[in-house]
Amino acid sequence: MAITVSRPKLNWRERLYLPAIVAGLAITFKHFKNLLLGRTKVTMQYPEQKWDGNLPDYYRGAPALVRDEDGRVRCVACQLCEFICPPRAIKIIPGEIDSTDRFAKVEKYPEAFDIDMIRCIFCGMCEEVCPEQAIFLRKDYAITGFTRADMVHHKEKLLEIGGVMHGVVLKWNKKK
Amino acid sequence: MTPESFLIITSLLKIVGILFIVILPMVSYAVYAERKVSAAIQDRLGPNRVGPAGLLQPIADMFKLLLKEDFTPRAANTFYYWLAPCLAVMPAIITIAVVPFGSTLFGVPMVIADVNVGILFVFAIASLGVYGIVIGGWASNSKYPFLGGIRSSAQMLSYELSLGLAVIPVFLLVGNLRLTSVVRYQIEHGWFIAPFIGDWTNPWKWLLTIPMIVSFIVFTIAIFAETNRLPFDLPEAEQELAGGYNTEYSSMKFSLYFLGEYAAMITGSAVIVTLFFGGWHLPGIPDGSHGWIFGLINIAVFFAKVAIIIFFFMWVRWTLPRFRYDQLMRLGWLFFFEIALVNIFVVAAIVPFIQ
Amino acid sequence: MSPFLFWIFALLTLIFGAAVVINRNPVASALSLVVSFLGLAALFMSLNAYFIGIIQVLVYAGAVMVLFLFIIMLLNLRAEEARRINWLATAGGVAVALILLGQIFSVISHLKFAQNPFPPLAGLTVDDVRNIGAVLFRNYNLPFQIVGVLVLVATVGVVLLSKREPR
Repeated sequence: MAITVSRPKLNWRERLYLPAIVAGLAITFKHFKNLLLGRTKVTMQYPEQKWDGNLPDYYRGAPALVRDEDGRVRCVACQLCEFICPPRAIKIIPGEIDSTDRFAKVEKYPEAFDIDMIRCIFCGMCEEVCPEQAIFLRKDYAITGFTRADMVHHKEKLLEIGGVMHGVVLKWNKKK
Repeated sequence: MTPESFLIITSLLKIVGILFIVILPMVSYAVYAERKVSAAIQDRLGPNRVGPAGLLQPIADMFKLLLKEDFTPRAANTFYYWLAPCLAVMPAIITIAVVPFGSTLFGVPMVIADVNVGILFVFAIASLGVYGIVIGGWASNSKYPFLGGIRSSAQMLSYELSLGLAVIPVFLLVGNLRLTSVVRYQIEHGWFIAPFIGDWTNPWKWLLTIPMIVSFIVFTIAIFAETNRLPFDLPEAEQELAGGYNTEYSSMKFSLYFLGEYAAMITGSAVIVTLFFGGWHLPGIPDGSHGWIFGLINIAVFFAKVAIIIFFFMWVRWTLPRFRYDQLMRLGWLFFFEIALVNIFVVAAIVPFIQ
Repeated sequence: MSPFLFWIFALLTLIFGAAVVINRNPVASALSLVVSFLGLAALFMSLNAYFIGIIQVLVYAGAVMVLFLFIIMLLNLRAEEARRINWLATAGGVAVALILLGQIFSVISHLKFAQNPFPPLAGLTVDDVRNIGAVLFRNYNLPFQIVGVLVLVATVGVVLLSKREPR
């Protein structure tokens, strides 16, 4: 059923429109004046001012591989993160650890570990699924590059972002 | 030096000076000012990256527009498509020729051409401004530009009437169509926006104020419509016509339209200042015959007034929404036309008591 | 005004006047007419008739031709461009124009005033706007008022014709 909306009846002062226009001009001038006097809060000027210091601990930035206190790359190339990754951004080529090595029991290490940051959606599932506490989402968010190849984070870059993680479980050290 | 060659040389100097030192930089910085004013009104900062406080932004914009691809649609009528942007800029710049932008400098009157039909010249050249938009809209051979062009021709013809009628009260008082005479009359009898100044005791002067302010408001609104500024920017109307007459234009041709709009705004403001705000006159400052420094101050005063009017244009643009097309036409034909007409008779009735 | 400028504007007026007829595209014809009007206005101004010149621009180039253009653009006149030229009619038109030109030339060459050189202009001191106003409102006030009424009647008639019938 059609509903007829009755238009409001305007009195002569409203129909002249001029008072409304002047009121509108007054409002916009107030904003103009406040900005000139520096009373208006304006948005953060991004590249100069950053919010980095206030990022929460649970912030999900770029994923990165970490080392433990001993300096060992914690990733064991189990490829669970590659499997779980929703946009399939992760590519791992596992390699075998030499039997004379101190950590020979771990058996595998990532020969190549690439994360395509064009595809990554910063969901954090890789961190969640990792049985080794090897991959973490760090606080880096400004990831830029001039080419597609620039945007792929290789193992070295990932380790550089990740750095050393303290206080993680060192399960392989006990079973030497 | 013969008087004739002196006239030619000073005229050329005035043309070059006013065009390249004042008007064109003013146009490019009007774009910058527009962005800054709109930003301030909307609680933003506006352009602030290129140069200190973004002051080099117009130059960066110019480079950007120059380097863009200059695209001509295949269906367009090429000759007229190229001609139209030039036609859009030209009238706006020619109009400044008759506007007195200063008193005298070294004895040379600061007006390029002091013709005795000054205000008619302004209207005649301004009325040619519509061709740039109409031809651009037609030559693009596309429906949105075409609609923009059609709207523009109807709008400009309608508002030229109120524009012409609104200034008649001014010339009833001056008795001369020369724009320099208008300025001289205002120096002697007070600005037309406040004709009682300097003659407080005369009640007729106070009565005259009302029709003069009505005249000013109608004229300013008509100038808004003639320069296609919001709330009358129906020819471009981004939301409904996707940019209107300049939809198909790109690169420098687009920027010519852009510059034409701002140049028209500047000349429109210059005419408003001349007619209602006393031109280059500021109480207490003598004219250029008392020394060249005063001549320069007079020119600065004129352009300061123009800048204030331009700020008003921008302020209104970022405050009011656009009119609907039928409202625009009704407003022009059934409201401003009548008001301007009645206003002429009111002033004509007051004039005998003033002289 | 120097003869140089006179020839420029006279040629401009004539060339674009011819272009109005020759052009097959109606919009091009209309724009040629505008340029022709501008040249004519410049010729008026060279005779110190600033008012007539500027009114020429204001009324014809600025208002009448815009309306023309408005109508031409709304109609689809593509058919005109495709039409073939009727050479017989063209020849007839040219012949009529030439005969008229010859007649005008012969009449003017026999006229006594035409032999005399043009009297020098009074200079820039004459205010032609004031003179036209004075003549119009003192000597020819009644015809002027009658023309005004005539135009008003036409305007009212147009408004009445274009008004929609109330249902």
